[in-house]
Amino acid sequence: MTVLRTFRGGVHPPDHKDQTAGKAIERVALPARVFIPLAQHLGVPCEPVVKVGDEVAEGQLIGDAKAAVSSPVHASIPGIVAAIEEHPHPAAPFPVRAIVIERRNDVAPLAWDGRADWSARSPRDLLAAIRAAGVVGLGGAAFPTHIKLAPPPPAKVDTLIVNGVECEPYLTSDHRLMLERPLEVVEGIRIMLRVLDLRQAYIGIEANKPDAIEVMQRHAADPALWGGASVQVVPLKVKYPQGAEKQLIGAITGRAVPSGGLPFQIGVVVQNVGTAVAICDAVVRGKPLIERVVTVAGSVVKEPRNLAVRIGTPFSQVLECAGGLVATDQPLKVIMGGPMMGLAQHTLAVPVVKGTSGILVLEERQVPKALPCVKCGSCVDICPMGLMPNRLAYFSSRGDFAECEVHHVRDCIECGACTYVCFSRLPIVHLVKYAKASLVKPKKT
Amino acid sequence: MPGNFVVSVSPHLRAPMDTARAMRLVVLSLLPTALASAYRFGPHSVGVMVTAVMACVLTEGWCNRLFGKPLTITDGSAVVTGLLFAFTLPPTTPFWMVAVGGFLAILVVKELFGGLGFNIFNPALAARAILLASWPVALTTWMKPVNSLVSLDAVTTATQLSLLKEAHRAAVAVPQTYGYLDLLLGNVPGSLGETCKITLLAGAVVLLAYKVIDWRIPLSFIGAVALLSLPFGRDPLAAVLSGGVILGACFMATDLVTSPSTRNGKLIFGAGCGLLTSLTRSYGGFPEGVCYSILFMNCLTPLIDKYVQPRTFGARKQEARAS
Repeated sequence: MTVLRTFRGGVHPPDHKDQTAGKAIERVALPARVFIPLAQHLGVPCEPVVKVGDEVAEGQLIGDAKAAVSSPVHASIPGIVAAIEEHPHPAAPFPVRAIVIERRNDVAPLAWDGRADWSARSPRDLLAAIRAAGVVGLGGAAFPTHIKLAPPPPAKVDTLIVNGVECEPYLTSDHRLMLERPLEVVEGIRIMLRVLDLRQAYIGIEANKPDAIEVMQRHAADPALWGGASVQVVPLKVKYPQGAEKQLIGAITGRAVPSGGLPFQIGVVVQNVGTAVAICDAVVRGKPLIERVVTVAGSVVKEPRNLAVRIGTPFSQVLECAGGLVATDQPLKVIMGGPMMGLAQHTLAVPVVKGTSGILVLEERQVPKALPCVKCGSCVDICPMGLMPNRLAYFSSRGDFAECEVHHVRDCIECGACTYVCFSRLPIVHLVKYAKASLVKPKKT
Repeated sequence: MPGNFVVSVSPHLRAPMDTARAMRLVVLSLLPTALASAYRFGPHSVGVMVTAVMACVLTEGWCNRLFGKPLTITDGSAVVTGLLFAFTLPPTTPFWMVAVGGFLAILVVKELFGGLGFNIFNPALAARAILLASWPVALTTWMKPVNSLVSLDAVTTATQLSLLKEAHRAAVAVPQTYGYLDLLLGNVPGSLGETCKITLLAGAVVLLAYKVIDWRIPLSFIGAVALLSLPFGRDPLAAVLSGGVILGACFMATDLVTSPSTRNGKLIFGAGCGLLTSLTRSYGGFPEGVCYSILFMNCLTPLIDKYVQPRTFGARKQEARAS
């Protein structure tokens, strides 16, 4: 019996994946109206390149930015630009400018079944295609992929890790992608290897997905699929947050990302499995990022399932495709993402954006009441970054942000493991976010 | 579709264990020992336990009212303090003394410092220390086990450790009066909750399984006592099974609020307790050192937490630790 690789610390929340792990990804009918925010990625927001009244085709470029760290946005449905206005955004506390497109019912959706040969394309060319398709990290961070795949010199990348861990409870979109579209995963990895000038990649998968491990291992073992490249499947111990980038790198390579640094500084690039599929779609089918798999789950969702949703579809409509909500008199919480790091929403009008891995609707029986810290040390014991969350919470609650910095608050990945185990139900992540925000020096205006 | 949702910062899940549940588990884990004590020492023991718990809970409720704070007695920590305080006392301690001790444990040692989470000293042990200083005779009068739930007999006798201390003063050797089995099963005189090692260990296993306590403090405390017994000329197994080591290592030193919160900090804390216990027993003025060694280490807990910090994942090796 092999000992599975893992990282120091971590917690074991109940995974609730049985709600949707066995449900194949379903396509839904195109929405009548989409709201495409001009900021769906880390970096500079886009500017619209269309105006109100313009007719747009499915996949047409509608927003772009000249800045290096940015990613264009595209029309996810064929239609007419009805408005360019501020609209609620699931990842922002204020409305964000978005392009509203009304569908044209007489235009059929595209099949995107082209097959382009990329074997002669240079890495630079492939990166341009990835950028043009608006591909960003689909694991949740939404960092522009073409930037991540081209680390600045003098960085020397020797390892590519594909993240198939999906450690958040409830979420199963990556799991289903590995089961249903393994050939696209393979091709996406091959393209990434070509861009990075590497021959081998790793793909990390948590041991609670034995079927996905088996499928990927089978494909990894078939040399005909790889054209000289290869991937090693690494099963990992089931523990949250194994899918966090630093913990994944540590478990697979034993390397530690330096404090304040980025993975490329130790020779590693990590990409989500969904991003690999999006890269394949972009390069092989010429399909920009206009759709993504969203796990819709939670005790309040009538029919939890995995859906292929067009970017810009309002959450309310996605939930209708999952049978709507169960009637209950308990207060509800709507979460974009997983329950450990996801963002609670105040309205169902927010659209699905590039980083929307899941939509959960849970009953919030009781907002936990915080008691004073009893110094149990549970948070210290499980912190995957080796911090002292109890001290961070203490200093932050007293406004002593300088002391927070001394205690490495900037190294906190906000995974929520500490808050999950806290005996006193302290809002540690909240206090950490508050401390980090307070440490940001205000820009001179 | 509804429109009003709860919005709070992630995570949106909590582990089932919280302070109140942990306290309930501690009480549960102490019940076998409480029952054993009722059998070994009879109604005296039961009376002390009931008085202690009532004194602590009532005092905390009164303090909450006095200081204008919401009622905290539902978190169970006052019950735990009362029970553990009772465990440190001779079974024949007069009830009024027990009540005074319980009152002081909560008012002075806990509430005046800020309540749960803010006390520096273990309230049960600090109250015992106050009582010992105030009424030394009553607090060092030990009774032979009666092995009956109803007998009110109270024949005074000496504990193994007090015999060892007297022998040390007189520079003579003393034979081991109580065998290992008696020590393990609690058929020996001593504080009402410290004698029955097997029920204490069973309770500790429950708390370890539920992750209410960490194994590091009990291991380093007991380990230190066992190791140091050799150079100090005592039998290791007897040293560990005598007096309050098991009770102290598993239930007192592991008190969440007054012990360090880091892994290595806990090891240092436990080892320090073991060292001081052994030193006190062999060379100090008291026959038993567990109570004072833990109180002393409680003082050092903030210092340990400040200087013994885990290594940040990704920290540069030459980077200075947080000071």
